[in-house]
Amino acid sequence: MQKMPVWADIVLIPLISLILAAILSALVILGIGQDPIAAVKMMVSGSLGSTYGWGYTLYYATNFMFTGLAVAVAFHARMFNIGGEGQAMLGGLGVALIALYIPWPHWSLALIFCTMGAAILGAAWAFVPAVLQAKRGSHIVITTIMFNFIAAALLNYLLVNILRPPTSMDPATDSFPAATHLPTLHDILAPIGISFSKAAPANITLIVALLAAVFVWLLIWRTKLGYQIRAFGHSESAAKYAGINPVRITVISMMISGALAGMMAINTTLGESERLILNSTEGAGFIGIAVALMGRSHPFGVVLASLLFGFLYQGGAELALWTSIPRELIVVIQALVILFTGALDNMVRMPLEKLFLSMRRAEG
Amino acid sequence: MFDIFNDLITVLDSTLRLSTPLLLACLAGLFSERAGIFDIGLEGKMLIAAFFSAAVAYTSGSVVLGLLAGIAASLVLSVIHGLASITFRGNQLISGVAINFLAAGMTVLVAQSWFQQGGRTPSLFGGARFESLTLPFAEALAPVPVIGPVYDELISGHSILVYLALAMVPLSWWVLYRTRFGLRLRAVGEAPEAVDTAGISVVALRYWAVVICGVLCGIAGAYMATALQAGFVKDMTAGRGYIALAALIFAKWRPWYALYSCLLFGFLQALALRPDLIERYIGFKVQVQLLDALPYILTVIILAGFVGKAIPPRAGGEPYVKER
Repeated sequence: MQKMPVWADIVLIPLISLILAAILSALVILGIGQDPIAAVKMMVSGSLGSTYGWGYTLYYATNFMFTGLAVAVAFHARMFNIGGEGQAMLGGLGVALIALYIPWPHWSLALIFCTMGAAILGAAWAFVPAVLQAKRGSHIVITTIMFNFIAAALLNYLLVNILRPPTSMDPATDSFPAATHLPTLHDILAPIGISFSKAAPANITLIVALLAAVFVWLLIWRTKLGYQIRAFGHSESAAKYAGINPVRITVISMMISGALAGMMAINTTLGESERLILNSTEGAGFIGIAVALMGRSHPFGVVLASLLFGFLYQGGAELALWTSIPRELIVVIQALVILFTGALDNMVRMPLEKLFLSMRRAEG
Repeated sequence: MFDIFNDLITVLDSTLRLSTPLLLACLAGLFSERAGIFDIGLEGKMLIAAFFSAAVAYTSGSVVLGLLAGIAASLVLSVIHGLASITFRGNQLISGVAINFLAAGMTVLVAQSWFQQGGRTPSLFGGARFESLTLPFAEALAPVPVIGPVYDELISGHSILVYLALAMVPLSWWVLYRTRFGLRLRAVGEAPEAVDTAGISVVALRYWAVVICGVLCGIAGAYMATALQAGFVKDMTAGRGYIALAALIFAKWRPWYALYSCLLFGFLQALALRPDLIERYIGFKVQVQLLDALPYILTVIILAGFVGKAIPPRAGGEPYVKER
C-alpha cells in the first residue's frame, strides 16, 4: 500500500523542500544586511526581463540539463556519480581536439563530431571508476571525486604545456576556426521573425540538450536496457536473480552518465568560449546533483529544475554585478536545495506521510 | 653533501606543517567513518572553521577565541550532518556534498558582509595568530652537527597545533582500541544491530562520533587560517578535505597509518612547492600537476585493491533502523 498519493511524492515534497530552501536563503540575505525582496526582483528582471537575460538563463540551463541528466541516469542504477565535473572537463578536451585539428566545412558536421568526441571522452573518464566499482567494489563516490581532481590536473597540464599556442600566456587553446561556430538563438530565431539578443550565448546546443532529455526518457522507460538499469537500482540481488549482469549494467549506466556530462562541453566550449579554457565547467557538474535531486531523476523534472537553476545562476550574476551580494549566494542556495531535497528528504516526507495516513483513516 | 641535508630539512619542515591539517581532518574522518557515518563534508567543515577562526581572532585579537569559534562553526555543520544521516536516515554522501557547498558559499557571503575585502578576512598578526613554539634547548643545540638542525629547525619551531595533531594519533589509537567507548564506537560501524541488542544507543554513539569529527575538523580549519596562513582567503582549504579522505582510505581506517599517509601526502604537497629541488636532485623536471594529482592517483590504486584491499567499516553509509 502506498502511504501517499503519487502527486504528493513527485510535486508536493520537492515543492515544500524548495520553499524551505527559499526561506532559508531569504534569511541568509537578511543576515548579510540586504533586502531579499529587492534581490528577488533584481534576479527576475536580470534573468527573465530581456532576451539578453533569457539568453544567459537558457545557456546555463543547457549546461545543467546535461549534467542533471548524467546524475539522474546514474541514480536510476543507484549510483551517485559525483564526477560530472571531471567528465565534463574531458568532454571539453574532446571538443577542442576535434574542432581544432579537423578542418570542418560546416558547423553542423562539427557539432555532430564534437558531440561524439565529448561523449566518448566523458564516457571514458567514467569507465575506470565504473569498472573499479563493478569488479573490485571500490566506492564509486570516492573514485569519481578522485577522478575530478585528476582531470583538473590533466587539463591544467595539457593547457599550460601542450595545447597553449606558443605566443599566448593564457592557459587556453587557440580559438576554433570560424566554420565551427554554432548558430546562437539569435541566428535561429531571426529568420522566423523573432528578435533575440545577439550578445547572449544561448545556442543550438539547447536543442541537443532537449533531445538528450527525450533520449534519456526513452532509454529508461521504453527500452530493455532501461528496465535492467531500473531493476538493478531497485534491488541488485533481484536483478542478479533475473539474469541481469551487474558488471554490465554498472559499466554501461556509468558510461551513459559520463557521456551526458561530457556533452555539456559542446555548449560551453564549442558554443560559448569557442576555445578550450581552464575551468570551463565552472561547477556545473556539481549543480547537476541538485538538478537531478530536484527533478526526481525524471528527464522532465530535470529540464524544469535546470531552468530554475539557470534563472538562479543568471540572477545571481546580476546581483553580484549591481549589489554587494557576492555570486556565492547561488552556491548557498544550491547547497540548501541539495540538503532539503536530498539529505533531509525524510524530514519533509515523514510528517507528510503521517498526515496523509491520518486523512485516509478519517475517510475510512 | 651539506646542501642536500639542508634542503631535506627544509622540505621535511614544510611537510610537517602541511601534513597537520590533513592529519587532523583524517582523524576526524576516522572517528566518523569507524562509527558508520561516511563524511565527505570534511572539506566544508575545515573551510567554515578556517573562516570563523580567522574572523573572530581578528575582531577579538585572541587566537584562542578564534580557535573556539572555528570549532563551534564546524560543530554546527556536524550537527546538520548528524541530523540528516542519523535522525532522518538520509543519504550521508548527499548530505556531505551539501555541507561542502554550504561552507563554500557561506564563508564568502559572510566574509564580504563583515569585512568587504572580496571574501577574505584582514591579515592576522600578533596575538591573533598561533606563534611558533621554540622547544627547550633548541637554540643551545643548534650548533651541534646533524642533531642540532634536526632538533632546532625540524622538530622545534612549530605552532602548538602541530604538536597537538601529532599527539592526537596515539590518543585516537588509545581511545579506539583501549577504551570501552572505542570498542562500542567501532562496533557501531560494523554491526549496529549487535550494539543495539546489548542495550547501547546506536544513535547516541553515532552522534558522539560526528561531534568528535566536528571538533577535529574545527581545529584543522583554525590551523589553516591562524597558524599556517595569516587569515582566511576564499576556498583556502583547496581540496585538503578530500586529500584527508584519500589518506583515510590509504590508511585503511587506522590511526597510526593515518599519520604515515598524511605525512606522505604532506610530503608531496611540500615537493610541489619546490619544483627546483626536484629538478636539482633527480635531474629532470617533474610536472607540478603530476605531484598535485599523485595523492588522488595513489588512492585510486589503493581502492582498486592492487596494493592490499581497503575494506571500509561494514555498516558505513547505512542508516540504522531499529527492528520492531
